Amino acid sequence: MDELIEKLKKEVIEQLNLEEVSPEDINPDASLFGEGLGLDSIDALELIVLLEKNYGIKIEDPKDGKKIFQSIRTMAEYITEHKK
Amino acid sequence: MGRLNVDGMKPVYILNDNIISSLGFTTAANVAAIEKGTIGIRLTDDPDLYPTPVQLSLVDTSELDKRFSTLPDLLKKNKPAGSFTRLEKFMILSVYTALADQPVTPGDPRTLLVISTTKGNISLLEARYQSSFSHKRLYLWELGRVVQQFFGFINPPVIISNACISGILALMTASRFLKSGAYDHAVVTGGDINSEFVIAGFQSFQAISPSPCKPFDLNRTGLSLGEGCGTILLSVEPGKGMNQGITITGAATTNDANHISGPSRTGQELADAIGLAMHEALITPADIGFISAHGTATSFNDEMESKAFELAGLTQVPVNSFKGYWGHTLGAAGLIESIASVSSMKENMLYPSAGFDTLGVPVPLKVIRSLTASQINVCLKTASGFGGCNAAITFQKI
Amino acid sequence: MNLFITSYCHLHDNRVIVNDRLVFYQENILKFADFIKTVYKQEQLNYPKFYKMDSISKLGFLAAEIVFKERSIEGYNPGMVGVVLSNSSSSLDTDIVFNNSIKDRSGYFPSPSVFVYTLPNIVIGEICIKNRIKGENAFFISESFNGRQLFNYVSELFEGNRVDACLCGWVEVMGTQYHSLVTLVEKEGNPDAETVPAAKKRLFNEENLNLLMVRN
Repeated sequence: MDELIEKLKKEVIEQLNLEEVSPEDINPDASLFGEGLGLDSIDALELIVLLEKNYGIKIEDPKDGKKIFQSIRTMAEYITEHKK
Repeated sequence: MGRLNVDGMKPVYILNDNIISSLGFTTAANVAAIEKGTIGIRLTDDPDLYPTPVQLSLVDTSELDKRFSTLPDLLKKNKPAGSFTRLEKFMILSVYTALADQPVTPGDPRTLLVISTTKGNISLLEARYQSSFSHKRLYLWELGRVVQQFFGFINPPVIISNACISGILALMTASRFLKSGAYDHAVVTGGDINSEFVIAGFQSFQAISPSPCKPFDLNRTGLSLGEGCGTILLSVEPGKGMNQGITITGAATTNDANHISGPSRTGQELADAIGLAMHEALITPADIGFISAHGTATSFNDEMESKAFELAGLTQVPVNSFKGYWGHTLGAAGLIESIASVSSMKENMLYPSAGFDTLGVPVPLKVIRSLTASQINVCLKTASGFGGCNAAITFQKI
Repeated sequence: MNLFITSYCHLHDNRVIVNDRLVFYQENILKFADFIKTVYKQEQLNYPKFYKMDSISKLGFLAAEIVFKERSIEGYNPGMVGVVLSNSSSSLDTDIVFNNSIKDRSGYFPSPSVFVYTLPNIVIGEICIKNRIKGENAFFISESFNGRQLFNYVSELFEGNRVDACLCGWVEVMGTQYHSLVTLVEKEGNPDAETVPAAKKRLFNEENLNLLMVRN
């Protein structure tokens, strides 16, 4: 799980163009939206693309996104559960 | 308020217009379809456009080609129809129809061509078109040149590409140039095609509805894309017959300064644009007979727009969105929907907001449910777009 | 009505010129991406959203920031400040990037963060967001810089009392080629304008716009 979390951090940084953020800066339990990284609605859509592109997981209902993308850890857990 | 109506400005008359869309190739055909309640949005299964079926409002290609090929040879100058892109055919056919039997000539230096488009010939990026047209056609000024040269417009076209407010912005720009005396006539044309590019983009935003869009409705699930072209002929001189006496009286743009894809949550800046247009037109909410809203049927737009109408004091004015008929035609929307609004005024008929059943926005708008006779002397048209832009324009009977 | 260019920023060929001063030049930068990132860092803007922008938005946004650094618009009513920009390629540079994310059906991953920038007016949105500008805005396309059209349109905004200040210019990027001139135009009657040294108070007209666009 830790390995996946570290991998995810790097992928999120790259996919969302968080150029001045390094993996060490990201607390895996901090909320991605609002506080923490302060991501917005377009970032949320990009994370959906990231899941599909890198892990082959398609999110059918975008409203599920809120729960899945709560934090890096919840993302990692979702991936571990659903990865093909 | 900060902005004033400048004295001595000439009125800007709408002489003629044309719509090319899924509902037909003339304004009359389109209006007849609306009056019948026909919608042009259909589930389309075309893997070249999108991997799975998607709701689209497409122009009939074979009818387009048939009509295009009947344009007088003199104008065609022996260029085969295949040397024009789909969008160019839309625009040329539409401009040609709008200019027919009108006292405005393209070759007049006092005539300005204004073009509105969001993506122009973007489908030329596709592999299947690479060898058919030069890469240069991707540039909007080259698209403009093709249209300009077909008709022999002396002045290079003014080209506006400003997301979904492009059409209204084009009308506004033309109107301002005419009012200031820079030109006497303007041919304003706006068009966009439904391409793989645009469909993929809106799908990536999860913005496309699986069923025909339902503006302002409780159960709306997103927008429907449409393609087409609208052309309006403007002049400082009034025309003859039924077209005489409808003018553009006010217009304004503003920016939300909030987010590049999501609209302002308050609707204040759209309300400001509406207020400025009304102020220029010297009208109050009580004067407005009908509002043609942007109404894309996305959750955010319709909510924001309803708030804007409330802030502008317009909740008592009958309102519709035309996008339930044509879908969102992007760079053509401001033109096509303005033409339909003008038709509404000429007929003194309120057209229903297609797709609407139950109010689904926080403000109690008077959404038009059925074809209703009503004296309409003033109409307001609004639009908003990516980049936080808003536009409002008023049409008035003299 | 006399209108003045009270501040401008000109970016081209690895150079940044601000109000007649060369403030940046590095001979050995080859890519636009490196140039604009270096200039951004030099300006110390601390605006992480910059990195999410596409090339056109980065270029226009940075030019505007540099213009405003020299001449603030904070005294103006946000609804009376306009932004009128133009270019030749529209958003084609970014369109190609987006197209690359969809052209291969086996690797079909349309990117929303790229798609949103496939409209040339988004740069106006970015400038408005950062600087709280809410007035008239428009984006025009022409094969080459059209000083006359820009002057006519913007001066009409002032004549019609639609704006008290207006950012206007050209923001063009296509591959490795880039060129941007962003000017701030203000009315003569503005009391703050009196504090701007006469030498920097350039008349806003077609001729001066064309002169400022010259790449030397």
